[in-house]
Amino acid sequence: MSAADRVGSERLGTASAAAAVGDRARRIAVNVALYTLAFATALALSALLVVVATDASPGTVFSAMYEGSLKTGAARGLTLDEATPVLIVGLGAVIASRAGIINIGPEGQLLIGATTATAVALHAEGPAWLVIGLTLVAGAAGGALWAGIAALLRFTRGVDVVISTLLLNFIAAEVVSYAVGRPWLLQETTSNLQKLPQSDRIPEELQLPRLGSFPGFNVSSAVFIAAALVVVVAFMMARSRWGFRLKMLGYNPTAARKAGVSVALMGGGALLLSGAFAGLSGGVMLTGTVFRLQPGFSQGIGFNGLLAALIARRNPIAVVPVAFFFGALRAGGGFLASTGVPRFLVDIVQALLVLAALFPPLFLDLARRRRELRNARAAARRTAPVPETVGAAA
Amino acid sequence: MNDLTTILSSAVRLTAPLAFAGSGEYVAERSGTLNISIEAMLLAGAFFGILGTSVFGNVALGLAVGTLAGLVVAVIHANFSHRLAANTFVVGLTLNVLLLGLTSFLLETIDMTPKQAGEIEIPVLKEIPVLGEALFVNRWPIYLLLVVVPVAWYVVARTRWGLEVRACGEDPQAADVTGIDVNARRRQSLYFCGLCAGLGGAYLSVAQVGLFNQNMTAGRGFIVNAAVIFGGWRLGGTIAGCFLFGAADAMRLALPALGYDINPQLLIAGPYVLALVAMMFFAKRNRAPAALAVPFERGLK
Repeated sequence: MSAADRVGSERLGTASAAAAVGDRARRIAVNVALYTLAFATALALSALLVVVATDASPGTVFSAMYEGSLKTGAARGLTLDEATPVLIVGLGAVIASRAGIINIGPEGQLLIGATTATAVALHAEGPAWLVIGLTLVAGAAGGALWAGIAALLRFTRGVDVVISTLLLNFIAAEVVSYAVGRPWLLQETTSNLQKLPQSDRIPEELQLPRLGSFPGFNVSSAVFIAAALVVVVAFMMARSRWGFRLKMLGYNPTAARKAGVSVALMGGGALLLSGAFAGLSGGVMLTGTVFRLQPGFSQGIGFNGLLAALIARRNPIAVVPVAFFFGALRAGGGFLASTGVPRFLVDIVQALLVLAALFPPLFLDLARRRRELRNARAAARRTAPVPETVGAAA
Repeated sequence: MNDLTTILSSAVRLTAPLAFAGSGEYVAERSGTLNISIEAMLLAGAFFGILGTSVFGNVALGLAVGTLAGLVVAVIHANFSHRLAANTFVVGLTLNVLLLGLTSFLLETIDMTPKQAGEIEIPVLKEIPVLGEALFVNRWPIYLLLVVVPVAWYVVARTRWGLEVRACGEDPQAADVTGIDVNARRRQSLYFCGLCAGLGGAYLSVAQVGLFNQNMTAGRGFIVNAAVIFGGWRLGGTIAGCFLFGAADAMRLALPALGYDINPQLLIAGPYVLALVAMMFFAKRNRAPAALAVPFERGLK
């Protein structure tokens, strides 16, 4: 290689480096533009709905939501309270989806977890801290049990997990409805003539302690359980052999099996664990915020948590902001009533923002795939001229 | 009218919305989409169907508006998951949230004067003992099933398009190699599903109830999913599954009123358990489309 060549190639190198920087800047600009456009569209649609269908203005709606979710200390506490169960369910769903399993039954697992937790909370005797612990463990066990049915069906009879977990959601709802409607099970023991289909309220000492004082910032200590779980799950996934195998199983089950990973054990374990997280979330809701079991206990938290995990794309840390955001929307929704706008607006905003968040990366991916396909076709045409007949047939 | 006739009539009425949606879901699942936004499609059909009757003062136009609303949901779902390759469950769950929110929101903010479809009696046939009353005295939109179900069967089983759809559900890679645009077929099947489910939802509100309640579908979309599974991914089985769920619902409503003491929770949960058990034992025979809920991406990886 001559000196002139070397200089030439170096110059080429700096030129391509400059091109790479320019390319990167352009990519960032495209991303920012796409995200801005997507979120602006979602918010504009929501605002349009407010203007067309109600007497309120988008500004008052926004400030009411802000007031209800983030403005004051009490509101921030409420947001955290709402985000906590979503986060716990989401962490479990991340574990399952890392292993390539889509568990769409957190709603049912949460309900069963709440049921077993209620049974323990109302019947176990002992020091309060122990019973609280047992209650949460019972919740996790209940959720795992319910997910275990799906795991068992999957790995012994080959029944698809998506389908079985979907069906088990409905059966769980009926189990709860049955349990709270039977005096010999969990129905309330009131002296009122008409007993409602709900359980007794769990005693004061079994409720998770609240930190802070009422008019100011106050939050259920359940938020620390969720925070600890985030750390543990993130660490285990990033650093442990278990986390590595889980990821391997999710990316390529065949390779994982060849490398000695038991699909049934790892996959079934991940499913059970995600059920346990959903069940624990039920236990946390019971002892932290709701205090009694009733039909409709789950309030869509299971589906919300699953959604948070799917948006976070298998990343346990990324579930945190998504769950917080969902929590803020749920908390802010309670404040909407004051403006005369139905609180359902919150669900609309949430759904539109989720779609908006999905759009940019997928759009860029689609553009990339199309571009690569086009380039590959062009390259194939250049290197190997295709005989006329074959080209016509294709 | 004796008890059996009452329950049977009620079962037929409760089956109808499921059967409309089930015909669509059957096509979508054969193409490889496990479509959980069918709940959203039903809700959209129910709400906008009623809104349509209120605006136009005409039941047929209301049904058409509801059907189109189902299609709109399907277009969003199909293009997000089979053009942009978004996870179909994310899109489905999100659309369920969106439509539940949207319909509840609009219900509280819009004043409506809904209309209900009229009842027709088919002479002579309605005299048939037991079955006559249930099958031949109904609100007229139910008889649209006689069009929708055969059409769903015909397009899937007897047309080139249907063959391609089934190929996409079984082996998308092979279908792609033979020149079928897999994601286009999956989108089109979802559109069909949206039309059917929209009509099913509109039937529920416009014909069966005559008004719209908040969350009036109450999980019927998921029941349709279960019915397709129960039916082993065959249209006949799907409709039978819908009838089973409809009958269970009818008995839950009717039996206490008639003085029978049957556990309502067991009646509702029964069909779901049955679907699970059926999956357990017929997993080999009632085989799901091999690529059900497996996304297809064309191009270089």
